[in-house]
Parts: sequence; C-alpha cells; structure tokens
Amino acid sequence: MANMDHWVINGFDTHIPWWFLLTVIKGVALFAMLVVLTLFNIWFERRVVSWMQMRIGPNRVGPQGLLQSLADGVKLALKEDIVPENADKPVFWLAPVLSAIPAFLAFAVIPWGPEVSIFGHRTTLQLVDLPIGVLYILAVSSVGIYGIVLAGWSSGSTYPLLGGIRSSAQMISYEIAMGLSFAGVFLYAGTMSTSGIVAAQEQTWYILPLCISGIIYIIAMVGETNRAPFDLPEAEGELVGGFHTEYTSLKFALFFLAEYINLVTVSSLAITMFFGGWRAPWPLSLWSGANQGWYPMIWFLVKLLIFVFVFIWLRGTLPRLRYDQFMKLGWKVLIPVSLVWLLLVAVIRQLKNVGDMDQAHLIPICLGAAALFVLVLVALEVRERNQVSRDRRSRDAAELAREEDLEGLGGGFPVPPMPGQQRAAITPRPLRTPILAVTANGHTPAEEASDGRQ
Amino acid sequence: MSHGYLSPTGLEIAFVLIGLVTLGSGLLVVTVKNLVHAALWLLVCMGSIAVEYLLLTAELLAWIQVLIYAGAIIVLFLFGLMLTRAPIGPTEELNVRHRWPALIVGLGAAGTLVTVIVQAYQHTWFDPRGAVPLGSGEALGTQLFKYWVLPFEVLSVLLLAALVGAIVLSRRGRDTEEAEA
Repeated sequence: MANMDHWVINGFDTHIPWWFLLTVIKGVALFAMLVVLTLFNIWFERRVVSWMQMRIGPNRVGPQGLLQSLADGVKLALKEDIVPENADKPVFWLAPVLSAIPAFLAFAVIPWGPEVSIFGHRTTLQLVDLPIGVLYILAVSSVGIYGIVLAGWSSGSTYPLLGGIRSSAQMISYEIAMGLSFAGVFLYAGTMSTSGIVAAQEQTWYILPLCISGIIYIIAMVGETNRAPFDLPEAEGELVGGFHTEYTSLKFALFFLAEYINLVTVSSLAITMFFGGWRAPWPLSLWSGANQGWYPMIWFLVKLLIFVFVFIWLRGTLPRLRYDQFMKLGWKVLIPVSLVWLLLVAVIRQLKNVGDMDQAHLIPICLGAAALFVLVLVALEVRERNQVSRDRRSRDAAELAREEDLEGLGGGFPVPPMPGQQRAAITPRPLRTPILAVTANGHTPAEEASDGRQ
Repeated sequence: MSHGYLSPTGLEIAFVLIGLVTLGSGLLVVTVKNLVHAALWLLVCMGSIAVEYLLLTAELLAWIQVLIYAGAIIVLFLFGLMLTRAPIGPTEELNVRHRWPALIVGLGAAGTLVTVIVQAYQHTWFDPRGAVPLGSGEALGTQLFKYWVLPFEVLSVLLLAALVGAIVLSRRGRDTEEAEA
C-alpha cells in the first residue's frame, strides 16, 4: 500500500516516516555545509589578510589554493598526539569535544530559507524550529565556554591557564551585552523563535529601528568568538597560543573547527536577528520570486560571506586591545548603553501597543532620550577624568619617592631603574673561574666586565 | 486511562534514570577530591536537572537552567578557582570537620522537601501532552508577571541588595586606606 507518510522504495514500505528522513537529510547537509564553510573560511581569511598585507597567501594546493585548509587538516591528523605529563588526562580529552559540539548544536535553529520542496515533501530549511530558539543558542554557546576554560586548566601549564581565565571572564562579560541586545529584538518581534523573528522582518530589517542593539551585538559577537581585536585568550604575543598551547594533532584541529563554526554561527545569528534572515535585500525584494523556493539560501550565504569578510577585515585592521581596555568597553560602555537603549525601546513599544504613538510623539521622546544619554556620557567622562588626574597625582608622588631611592631597593626588593633615573655604579664581582670564562666566549674577564658596564 | 506505578511509561523511566544521574553527580560533587572535577560534576548535575525540566515539558525553564546555572554560575566557579588555586590532582585538605552534622542537616532538608512535594502532588497526575503550553515562554511570563509579580520583584531587590553589599564589602578596605593617605 502506497503511503505518503512513509518512505516507500519500489512499492516496499520501509515504515520510516518522512519527517524523520527529512530531518536526517537536513542534519547531514547542515553538518557538511558547516565543515565545508570552515575549510573555505580558513582559506578565505588567509587570502584576504594576505591581500590586505600585500602578500600572496596560500595559492599552491588546488585552484587559487582553495584546498590548502584541507591539506592542513590532513597534516594535523597525521601529527603525533601529545598529552603533557602534567595534564589532567580526562579533562584534557574532554575540552576540545566540549568546544566543538556546542558550536555545531547552536546552528540547528538558524533558518536558512522558507518552505521548499524536498522529494515532493514541503519542509522549511531549518533543522528544528524551537519556540525559544534564540535562548537555546545563548544556552548552547554558553556551554561552549567550558571547552576553552577546561583546555586552559587541564593543560597543567601557565600560559594556557591564563588564556582560560581570560576567555571565561571575556565571554561572561560579553554574553550580558549580547543578551541585552537580543531583548530589544524580542520586544519588537514578540517572539523568541528564530523563524518568527525572520517572519517579523518582512517590512523592515531590525538593524534600522534597532540600530544600537545591532551595533552592540556585532561588537559583542566579536568578543564572544575570541576573534581579533578581542582575541586575548590566544594572544600570540603574550600567551604563546593561549588556551590551546599544549594541544596538538586532531584535538588542536577541533579547537580550530569550533572557532570557525562559531564565527559562522554568530554571523548567521546576526543575520537572523538584524539583517532579515534569508530575506532578499531591498532592490531584489521587489521581485516577488526572490523570497520563495531555494533562492533565499543564496541571499543568506551572500550575507554570511559579507559578515565573514567583515570579521577578517577587523582582524586585518585593528590592533589587539589591552585586557583592561577590553573589560572597560564591555562593562562600562556596552552594558549601560544597551540597558538605556532597552528602556527606550520598551517605552516606544508600549506606546505603540496602546495605540498612543505617532511621529509627533516619537521625535520628542527620542530627542529627550538622546539628550539624557549625552548628559550621562558627559558626566561619566568628567568623573573619569577627575579619577585619572587623582590617580596621576598619587602616581607622581610614588614615582618621586622611587626616584629618590638611589639604592634601588624600593620596598625591600632590588628593582631596575626607572627611565631617566641615575643609579650609583655597581662594581662587578670578579668571576670565580676566570679560565673557564675565557674559554667559553673568548674574552678576558676584565674585558667582559667593562663590556657589561658600557 | 489508568495510571499505575507498576506499568511505567517511557517518560517515567527516563525521568527516574536522569534523576539517578542527578543524585549520583550531586554525591560526586561533595566526595571528589579534585576541585575542578567537583565543579564539573556540579555541571553534570545542573545539566541533568535541565533535562528533567525538558521531560516535564518546561522548555523555557530548561534552557534558562542551562544558560544561567550551567553556562554562567559554574563558569564563575571555575573562574574563581583558577584565579585563586586550581591544582591538577587531588586536594587533601578538603575534609570538613563538621561532616556528620552537615550530613544530618542535608538529609533532613532533603526529607522535608520530598515529604512536602509528595504530600502536595500526591493525587495530581501529570499529562505531558497537555502540559506543553504551560511550559512555553508566554505562559511562564503571564504567570510570573501577573500572579507572582510581587515575590518576583522582592527577589530581584534581594539580589540587588546582595550585589551592592558585596561591592561595599570589597571596597571598604580601599576607601579607608585612601582616607588615611
């Protein structure tokens, strides 16, 4: 008996329901797409950064070097898998897995397109449509932090530990700003489901009415993915490789994979929340077919590539922030601004809901809010400058005390001289084994002592 | 439709099994000698409580549990541990002298809670399919901000007070130093 709900091969009913098959197909396609996008993005990043730095970049493996990241992946897989002796073995194994799995999971609720037809069955291009999709993404990505934190701790070494601490502080701080920027979208769309938010952006993309939320999210997402200029957990110049210093082979590859998938996930989330999801951009959206069938996937991919390019652009342009600057930006700028903005959005929405709202009301409210905001900013800046000048006065006093301290034993410890500070010359102690010293570097001890002083 | 303890549904079996995971990981939190491992077992405990919420169709609550407890609070624990000390390997001085009183208090609290919940919901049967709309964000928001808004606001004021108190305590030493200088 032919059954439309089950998969039938040549008249044989397999009793596998179609919804299950479609989910499996979509899941596998999503996984494959993410992995291919990762390979592509690594190549794309290297080429674009090379182009910005007037180099050539990888161009040997495959056309235009496109297969370079595949070759690198194979190379990584063939490398020796080293586990440091000091490492906490089970956690050391667990960390890369914990970092990679949430990255894949978060993508499940991102809508790629509207309803399409696969094998004659209508289905939306989205793996699952949770009613609280955005909250799910936040929850899953917060679990992804553990990968980095535990990698840093379990390596049993200093630099990874510092990287792990930095990343946990960083991600917690920026997750707050991120969540607050989403709240504005929830207020506008009236739903937390990703597909619902895309549907609510039929007329205008939310980046226009919610521009400040959008900007805050874009800053927070760079912090959340540990990318330059916020790549403090893996700052090469300070922490060797940060949390993944001790990782080799496929475990290292998993971290790499997680980082690039996170890049794609946060970009897709930005597109879904603020840039109309899979909807066609303005001139194209005049054509009625643009938002139907498989075309929206093209718009989505194009938007995604633009976002990835912006990420790379930031990395190619901006220097890394100092840790205190980074934290100050997160806590003293992004969070207060988004709180005030959220209040304003809530007021406007409420007025709109009760139907008491038109342009004549909107403009004075916005002007009043802007004036208040500028006042608060000025007050904070004045306070900050007072604080800085007070700090400088106390620092000057401390420096003066240090400069007068000619012995160089400030606070009981021998300290190096400050710039411009004169110290009494210290007569060098004669070497105990002069003959050895001569044979070692071909100088007489007297010569060496004088070299050292000049 | 008949209900009986002797013919459990798949949902009930899953619920009990995950409850056992929660209990086991909770015991491991207090018995494991390695601080970071204890925090990780707490993570397992919190995660399995979230799964229990999911099984009871409280979807919003489950993801909030993952977001707040698993995703933020235990990360903060780990952060604090790593800032102070988080040695690799067991820590020996973790033994508590008041172990037995603590155990008695813990068992007593658990016993009271179990009794109260059993007494309260003894004759209530839970229908998973009927309960799905109750666990949605909309239903929870209506409950919270319509009927329970006073306790909710009081709790938030309490949290705020705790936050301010923590800041005051941590800054007090510095301010007196500045005043003296």
